Amino acid sequence: MKPSLSLTRRHFLGTAAAFGGAAVAPSLLPGQAHAAGSLTVGFIYVGPKDDFGYNQAHAEGAAAVKAMDGVTVIEEENVPETNDVQNTMQSMINFDGAALLFPTSFGYYNPHILELAPKFPDVRFEHCGGLWGADDPKNAGSYFGYIGMGQYLNGIAAGHATKSKKIGFVAAKPIPQVLNNINSFLLGARAVDPSITCQVIFTGEWSLAVKEAEATNALADQGCDVITCHVDGPKVVAETAAARGAYICGYHADQSPLAPEMYLTGAEWNWAGVYTDMVTKFMAGEPIDNFVRGGLADGFIKMSPLGPAVSDAARNQFEATKAEIMKGGFAAIKGPLKDNKGNMIAAEGEAFVESDVALESMGYLVEGVIGSTS
Amino acid sequence: MNDTATASLGIPRPALAKWLPRAEAVAIPLAALICGLVVFSLFLLTQGKSPIEFYALIYKAGFSTAFSWQNTLSRVAPLLFAGLCVALPARLGLVVIGGEGAIALGGLAAAVLGASMAGASPLIGLPIMFAGAALVGGAWIGAVGWLRIRRGVNETIASLLMAYIAIALMNHLVEGPFRDPASLNKPSTAPLTDALRVGDMPIGVEVHWGFAFGVLACVISWLLMDRTTLGFAARIAGDNIRAAQVQGLPVGKLVIGFTALGGAFAGLAGFFEVTAIHGAANASLVAGYGYTGILVAFLARHNPLAIIPVATLLAGFEASSGLIQRRMDLPDATILVMEGIVFVVILLSETLYGRLPVFNPRFWETRA
Amino acid sequence: MTDIGLWGVPLAILGGAIRVSTPFLFVSLGECLTERSGRINLGLEGTLVFGAMTGYAVAYQSGSPWLGVLAAALAGAVFGLFHGWICKFRGVNDIAIGIAMMLLGMGLAFYFGKPFIQPVAPDLPAIPLGWWSDIPQVQAALQVNALFIVGGLLALALHWMFRATRIGLTIRVVGDSTDAARAIGLNPDTVRLLATAAGGALAGIGGAYLSLYYPGSWNEGISSGQGLMAVALVIFARWNPINCFWAALLFGGAGALGPALQSVGVSSGYYLFFAAPYVLTLALLILTSSPDKALHGAPGELSITK
Repeated sequence: MKPSLSLTRRHFLGTAAAFGGAAVAPSLLPGQAHAAGSLTVGFIYVGPKDDFGYNQAHAEGAAAVKAMDGVTVIEEENVPETNDVQNTMQSMINFDGAALLFPTSFGYYNPHILELAPKFPDVRFEHCGGLWGADDPKNAGSYFGYIGMGQYLNGIAAGHATKSKKIGFVAAKPIPQVLNNINSFLLGARAVDPSITCQVIFTGEWSLAVKEAEATNALADQGCDVITCHVDGPKVVAETAAARGAYICGYHADQSPLAPEMYLTGAEWNWAGVYTDMVTKFMAGEPIDNFVRGGLADGFIKMSPLGPAVSDAARNQFEATKAEIMKGGFAAIKGPLKDNKGNMIAAEGEAFVESDVALESMGYLVEGVIGSTS
Repeated sequence: MNDTATASLGIPRPALAKWLPRAEAVAIPLAALICGLVVFSLFLLTQGKSPIEFYALIYKAGFSTAFSWQNTLSRVAPLLFAGLCVALPARLGLVVIGGEGAIALGGLAAAVLGASMAGASPLIGLPIMFAGAALVGGAWIGAVGWLRIRRGVNETIASLLMAYIAIALMNHLVEGPFRDPASLNKPSTAPLTDALRVGDMPIGVEVHWGFAFGVLACVISWLLMDRTTLGFAARIAGDNIRAAQVQGLPVGKLVIGFTALGGAFAGLAGFFEVTAIHGAANASLVAGYGYTGILVAFLARHNPLAIIPVATLLAGFEASSGLIQRRMDLPDATILVMEGIVFVVILLSETLYGRLPVFNPRFWETRA
Repeated sequence: MTDIGLWGVPLAILGGAIRVSTPFLFVSLGECLTERSGRINLGLEGTLVFGAMTGYAVAYQSGSPWLGVLAAALAGAVFGLFHGWICKFRGVNDIAIGIAMMLLGMGLAFYFGKPFIQPVAPDLPAIPLGWWSDIPQVQAALQVNALFIVGGLLALALHWMFRATRIGLTIRVVGDSTDAARAIGLNPDTVRLLATAAGGALAGIGGAYLSLYYPGSWNEGISSGQGLMAVALVIFARWNPINCFWAALLFGGAGALGPALQSVGVSSGYYLFFAAPYVLTLALLILTSSPDKALHGAPGELSITK
């Protein structure tokens, strides 16, 4: 998709039309976006929707909704987690008649969605992050996926690929969802070889290109030869790691086009199914659960196709474990297991399955992860 | 022509001398605004988009209905405070660009104080949080003024460096010592109780009290600058530091005082973000208002009263960004391009001050 | 790969200094040139971002990263010319125009840059100056981009120019006193126009380094304020090109401290380590300033220091 910089014929015609027909611009007519019997769905992203990451994963889901009959999709990108998002949501409701909103960034929920949902009881707010609690408005919901399982599978691919027995993780902030990914990544690798360690570096921001590159370089300097990440846009990490000769496990979306030879696999969101499902239910007037979770088996997440560097042994273990996870009830965190400060987190025989809510307040890094949570 | 108090057209000369500069100060930027919009229209035409549709959408999203005004006005408060943080030191000839840091720390101070007074009544709690935010912001930017006077450290670079340091400090404290353990995936300070939240003004649309306080802060600053000897002294020092010193003005105290006051206002921006919007301090406090404030102040030519319309205009532009993205299929950056073009033209128009004969009293006399 | 343990920290600082400093170096050299002529262009952040986008787009379209650098320099020069031309008018505030142009530059870059976030453009090549070492980490740290070397040489050249050439003298005279310059028959507006254009071109190159080498990709968050910071570094460097070089190195090296310390296991309080470049610069600034010689080396006509 090479974009053209030249002034095309279409461009020119557009210009001519802009001179002429502006007086009756259709976008100014009221109710333009919601004709009778159709539904307007609003998607709000915190960053650019083609970031090879978090926002792109959601935008791909939105694209699937766009293809549905009787649905109009409106989108807005780069909306910060401030009062701005409240204004954006209200603007979508007031001006476009949106009845179903997908504010996709974690920080949109509290206080912004919680503030607006009671004021617009007829509008449905579906938030990504898994934050809904029983006291929250009934017309709000928050969904999330067990993507830690994807990182566990990433870890298996990494465990087979690493020669130095050191793998690396570039993380934004030490919060439960990130810690769960780091731990799962290492435990997957340790399912291959228990001597493997994982080095983690926090950048402190969800999107900060130079720091992500520096963190990746620092990991490579320490000998990490497989690197994954949890930042909003993994493009910089993937490209920098590949340039340093490290293998990459992807996250959020498929980054294999960035470094096809070095890309092992990746833990991807699979929002298309989730979103079309919710929209179908909403249009049929069926209730949508407020608290929605799902994993690999439910189609909430998926794995990127295995790359050329993945060995047969790795492929076998990867597929076997994936089949295991697909059965449901898989636990990455199971006893005996200590955290990296020596505290017991799971006794012999104890296991936290993927759907265990306790994992959502994880505050530790498991033994073998080099790094600290604060 | 006689030289008495009356000029032509029956307008007394003192009235001309008083009102012509004011008319000039309104007419030139307004004309420039229109010119800027015309220039931006050309840009839109090269992109095959209709300028008429574009401006109609700005009007619709930012200024037409009650909700449009809510959308606009709810964005104004932090811009007013951040603008003052630049405008006040600027009257002394100082270019302070680090308001962002004072906003972050002011917000943090308000949140931490509020969290420690969970049971307090708003009558006690809110003033303490208000004062705390102002004090911390004032101390942070006041330190920039102090460094300038005592150590000769350039205030532009010092304030910018200190903004980055303040943000790092805030992030560290929010994720470390002051973190509410219940704030799992978005590290924040403990949530404020409802009693310690600032609500909306009773004007029918949801705009919080920060707007009224921001306007008040601008008016007070204007009075201070234009109607007191302190402000007069500051302006003298701003025009010429040596002359001010020769006249025995306390330049050091003025510099520290005005930077601190500007910082206090920036701290209040943080106070209102925390108490009216977020209910806790977290990384969302760093939203770039401090940097937008620089633009606001310069466009207002550091006149505190002019900050109000400039901030409102800017907020209206920002408010319409979403609708333009959705209706015209233009990227979100379109509004940035428009702001850039319009503001360059407005700033360029400053060259016209004192040059247009129509604003010269003589123009009216010679017609007689 | 060799396990280098704690040696990773100084090595990362060295590597980081070389990798991260180049945009700071180009922007601050450009701004140094502009400010020595008596103008301040606070908008180089916008020029940097536009340069990053232009460089990436042209490199992607043409397949040649060097063509991208050239395009970025040209785009930067256009921004500089525009700034220089506007500021020629009496009563126009150069700082304010700079801020508005920062907005314009970023707006245009984001506007036209949307289609280039996804594609992968060819990177600028690096020169392996670590060939003498067997340790891969040393080799990696000494992967030096040609632009870094060019930047270093440029600092020397500018220093020499200000000291010993007619052009340098002209710029300095104009920067120190408009009246004096006019008296000896110089046209201050033209000199400043050219100095601002050259400064813009250098800032554009700094941007191209970001998108075409390190981190080597185009997105809207590519610059985390490098352009603005570099403008401030000029004051720190006392308007001396050689000092600009050291300031940029210091800033880049200190920025690598945070990730490097975490990579050897020191990770508590990481936000504070990340603030190291700012704290260090501020501390040095305070130590080297004094109220008496407040602005030693400042051009007399500079609005920011008057």
